[in-house]
Parts: sequence; C-alpha cells; structure tokens
Amino acid sequence: MGSIKDAFHRMGSPRFFYLGSSLWVRGLYVGGIVSLVIGSFWGLVLAPPDKYQGDSFRIMYMHVPSAHLAEMVYFACAVAGFVYVVWRMKMADVFIAAAAPVGAILTSLSLVSGILWGMPTWGTGWVWDMRTTSVLVLLFLFFGLIALRQAIPRLDRAAYSVAILALVGVVNIPIIKYSVVWFTTLHQPASITFVNEPTIETSMLWPLLVNSIGLYIFVAGVILAAMRVEVLKREQATEWVRTITRSMQR
Amino acid sequence: MSPLRKQRLAAVLFILFGSGLTIGVVLFALQENVDLFYEPQKVVGGDAPIAKRIRAGGMVEKDSLVYEPEGLGVSFVLSDLRGSRFEVRYKGLLPGLFREGQGVLVVGQLDTSRVFYAKEVLAKHDENYMPPELVGMGSES
Repeated sequence: MGSIKDAFHRMGSPRFFYLGSSLWVRGLYVGGIVSLVIGSFWGLVLAPPDKYQGDSFRIMYMHVPSAHLAEMVYFACAVAGFVYVVWRMKMADVFIAAAAPVGAILTSLSLVSGILWGMPTWGTGWVWDMRTTSVLVLLFLFFGLIALRQAIPRLDRAAYSVAILALVGVVNIPIIKYSVVWFTTLHQPASITFVNEPTIETSMLWPLLVNSIGLYIFVAGVILAAMRVEVLKREQATEWVRTITRSMQR
Repeated sequence: MSPLRKQRLAAVLFILFGSGLTIGVVLFALQENVDLFYEPQKVVGGDAPIAKRIRAGGMVEKDSLVYEPEGLGVSFVLSDLRGSRFEVRYKGLLPGLFREGQGVLVVGQLDTSRVFYAKEVLAKHDENYMPPELVGMGSES
C-alpha cells in the first residue's frame, strides 16, 4: 500500500513528474506515429472501398479516432477537475491546462472531417441534429476551459474555476454518445459498440482500430509534452528548473 | 479522508448530480424539438404539421421510385418497414447515395392528403460498412 501512496505523491510533484517523463514522451511519439502511419496506409490504400460510398468512407479513418479521442480527452479533463477540486493536486490542473488545446484541436478535426464526409454522403455538410450540435458544444467547452484560465490571473483561482467548468461540462459526454440513440439524427448510430458485433466489415475495421490506438498513444505523448512545458513555466522560479535551463543554455 | 476533502467531495458530487439532472430534465422536456425529423409513423399519424417546413425521414421503399418522363421530377415512398408509409415528390438532383432501401431525410412540406413535397433530399447513411464483393452476403436487412 505504502508504495502506491508514495507513487501517487511523487506523481503530484512537478519535479519528479518532469524528470521522470522525458523518455515517455519520446516513446509515445514513436509508438503513436508508427501506428498512425500503418493504420492510415492500411485504411487509405489497402482497405477495400465501401459498397455504396466508394472511397469517401475512408474519411472515417480520421474522423472516428479524432472524435473518440476528443470525448476521451474531455472526460479525462473532468476526472482531473474532480481530483483538483477534492485533493487540490496541482498536477491535475497542469493536465487540464495542457489537454484543453489538444482537445479543441481533436474536436475541430472531427467536425471538419465530418463536414467533408457529409457533403458527398448526406448531400449536406451540416445539419443541426443532436450529434453534430453536441460535438459543437464540446468544442466550445474546450474553448471555455482555455479562455476561463486566461481570464483569471491568480493561478489557484483559475485552476479552481476551470476544474468546476470541466466537471459541469462532463454531462455533455453522454449526450454526445447517446444522441444517436435517444433522438432522431442524420448522423448514423455507432458501428462499434461494447455489446454487439461491429457492423464494419473486418477488412475495413482493422485499420480503424490501429489508427484509434495510434491516436490514443500519440495524443498521450502530445499532452505529456505540453504538461512538461507547463510545469517548467509554473516552476520557473525554483532551483531545479533553473539548473535545467542553465544546463540547456550551455 | 480529511473532513475538508469529504466536504469537497460531497460538493462535487452535488454539482455533477445537479447539472446532470438539469440537462436531463431539459432534454426530456424538449425531446420533440430535439428530434431532427418526423418518422413515418408520425407523418401518417398526423403528428407532423401540414403546410409547414418540416423534416421527415424513412426508408425508400423498394420499387417505389418513379421518374417523371420529362425533367428532374421524381416520386418515391418513405416507410418505416413497420407499415407506416407516405409519398414524397421532389424535383432536383438526388444525393449520390440515394437508392431504394436507403434511409433518407426529406425537407419540405406536407399537403392535406399527406403527400410530402420535398425541397431537399439528404441520404442518411447507416452504420454498416462493407466492401462491394460482399453485397448480398451476411447481415443485409
């Protein structure tokens, strides 16, 4: 038990976090990029075209992972907000600060790729159905997390407000997920679920899974790298950061 | 856990519960308006307003697609495969995915005899993806 608690405390220490994470970033970047390259080549070149959509279905190899990751990044922000509000763990706030822009980019990617897919497939780029609207709300929530932090100069107050916003906004996640089940939407229901067999043919499904796992790994690397920068910024007055910056200048 | 943390935990759970409940009640109250389109059952049953711009959706019934001899006019029947069906008339280009058996969404107006005059037709892709050589095999409903 003791060692788990120790590990938790050490993870909460910016210094241990910074010194212990440098190899992780490289590993995650390499793993993520390799799987994304494999998955994209497989999906965009090797996988067969769809019976009705032809080649335009291949947009899903980018759309599905980015949309899924956007939701997951927000959910992780909400968990971090929970940890911050209850335990006041500083690293939890560092996580939200680093992850919010990443989440905003992922959400934009999923929206843009969705529009590009919708134009040839649906016959329109955008409809105000519950799925598209709730994902747009997700984008604004990420913008809110970024803007709220910038609007409050005091670090601890900003962290607290951002954590609360992250928590409240998490109600949007089940709405995104179940919008296609609860309401009539133009967006199709999920092809991959926990309970049923996937409704994507296996040869088209594999590249999607590889790309999704690849994006998970890559996004973890990006957020970790951004957290390291955030830690350096916040701890710039401390001796250990000065030692590092001095050795970098030399 | 210290009393202070317990108190914060309770506050957080309360916030989550409160915001969840609020959104849940709002969505429940607005359900009719949140739906993007009227299903065939509602069009046939009279729930869909007449002579107002609405959206309706359904499956294009097999062998119901008729092209007018001249021009771009078409008519087809949308059904929910459970007995409710209504006729749609449309003049214009159909989306590439449009075919019999495909789910589509039409934007336009209903007249008093429950014929839908569409100004716009959108294809609703389903969640099934398969390569061309597998057509007719497996779980095609």
